[in-house]
Amino acid sequence: MTTGIKRTGSLSNFADRQFHWLALAPACIFLVLLTVYPVLELIAMATSTITFERAREIWRFTPVENFRQLLDDDIFRIALKNTVVFALVSVVIEVCFGIGLAILVSSAGKAKAILRTILIIPILMPPVAIGSMWKLMYSLDFGVLNQAITLIGLPAVNWLGSTSLALLSVVIVDVWHWTPFVFLILLAAVEAIPNDVIEAARIDGASNRSIVFRIIIPLIWPTIVVALFFRTILAFKVFDQIFLLTSGGPGTSTEVVSLHLHKVYFQQNDLGFGSMLSLAVIAATVAFIWVAYRAGRFVRARDA
Amino acid sequence: MLDLRGPSRLAAYLLLSLGVFAILAPFLWVFLQSLKYEIDILQGSWIFNPTSFNYADVLYSRRSDFPENVYNSLVVAFLSTVGVLLIGTLAAYSLVHFKSRAAISRLLLGWTLIFNMIPPLTLVGPWYLIFRELGLSGTLTAVVLTHIALNLPMTVWMMMAYFREIPQEIEEAALVDGCTRPVIFMRIALPLAVPGLIAAGVLAFVFSWNEFSVALTLTSRHTATVPVAISRFAQQYEVQYGQMAAASILSTIPALIMMFIGQRFIVRGLTAGAVK
Repeated sequence: MTTGIKRTGSLSNFADRQFHWLALAPACIFLVLLTVYPVLELIAMATSTITFERAREIWRFTPVENFRQLLDDDIFRIALKNTVVFALVSVVIEVCFGIGLAILVSSAGKAKAILRTILIIPILMPPVAIGSMWKLMYSLDFGVLNQAITLIGLPAVNWLGSTSLALLSVVIVDVWHWTPFVFLILLAAVEAIPNDVIEAARIDGASNRSIVFRIIIPLIWPTIVVALFFRTILAFKVFDQIFLLTSGGPGTSTEVVSLHLHKVYFQQNDLGFGSMLSLAVIAATVAFIWVAYRAGRFVRARDA
Repeated sequence: MLDLRGPSRLAAYLLLSLGVFAILAPFLWVFLQSLKYEIDILQGSWIFNPTSFNYADVLYSRRSDFPENVYNSLVVAFLSTVGVLLIGTLAAYSLVHFKSRAAISRLLLGWTLIFNMIPPLTLVGPWYLIFRELGLSGTLTAVVLTHIALNLPMTVWMMMAYFREIPQEIEEAALVDGCTRPVIFMRIALPLAVPGLIAAGVLAFVFSWNEFSVALTLTSRHTATVPVAISRFAQQYEVQYGQMAAASILSTIPALIMMFIGQRFIVRGLTAGAVK
């Protein structure tokens, strides 16, 4: 095969024949060292109590105690519940808004490009900056939201300081942050619908309403499901904004899983129990992915 | 798409303006606050003498670490982007072209999927101990390495989507002409995948610039990145609202620049995986 081709040394020959391995190796090594090994370390840590004495780690093997701590951890249960409520409510609102915006923008003609540019700004903003922006706007005394509310004669609302409203307030921030992402994905899906499908429906006398509900939404349904799935996963990771806005308060009303992990690791300095919690969170995430994957396969098999 | 005439046209434009207002108004309001002295912010006044005091205080005052934070963030974002592009592009090319080891590629892709979906805070504990052990605790190196790991799944998937679009025939022709595989990768595949490199690079840069939870736990005072610094403004006993607003506005600038330069690439990159 290589007759007549000049080969410079056996090294380049080796690089040629084994290129697929050499190209894959850095990523594999990286993933093993920085993700697989830490997960294994996590298992070791989760079964231990780790204390620091004179800057040295002291490990004691205490699997039963750590597991009992997990079962007894009421705050973790509350955090789990809050995270699920937060994820469901915000994702549903984001997808509804996203569908509406995508269809409206795709019908907007010349203004489309500029509308898209403006509407996707929040996607790339630092979540921490979003958190501090909304912290200012939610301020009880001088926030613009309360200024607007008192202007029309209603009493000022304690957005972040009341146990009943705080979770809703962080949901609003999440909706502001992530609706643009859902919108962007769905816009691409709406634009991908062949124009003649909609033209044909219109000639048959379909109204805008039935075009939206009978044609556009069914056609972009697969993308809606993908958006739902990704947003749910991402909402589960939520940390930055809530850390900034409420740090889980007041009380435990906005305590979410990641915040609780952070507190156990770095405020209670309990690396062992923190790792046990981490393993539980990872297991729950993997279970969710598996169930969603299975459900997707089932639905596709049924439809096919 | 929709046929908008008469009242439905009016309703559509009203809804769209509402959306645009909802996105832009928070920005403008916070920008206004960043131009106010503390007293004007606390009084919620709308008529005031604009001042650049907050920006000057954040950027130039002696008690502010912000320039250092910006430097740290730039170094971390730049190095982690270069790293993740290098590692991720090679891996994506290999995964697209050599399908014979299906088991390995499925294992790798499955693992990156799971890793991408678990909250980064679950791994912060072991990372903290590992970097402590290596003597890297509190260094920028630790943050760069973790950011490469965090952005690797996205980069690999995105580059795979771009490499798949390159017709096999081009590379087969080069192979027949006697090009070695590394040369084909460098001279043919890579130049054709430049839009993908830009998209993945921009996103990796912005995500690294924005990343907070890992940077918060792995940095020390002098290696803190911009998001960590902003959270300090908000967490202090006496919140400095003006400085917080100014720092938030400043931290958004790179994202805005990227948005206007590379929007085409970003939009394609963000939607590539979801729609297909």
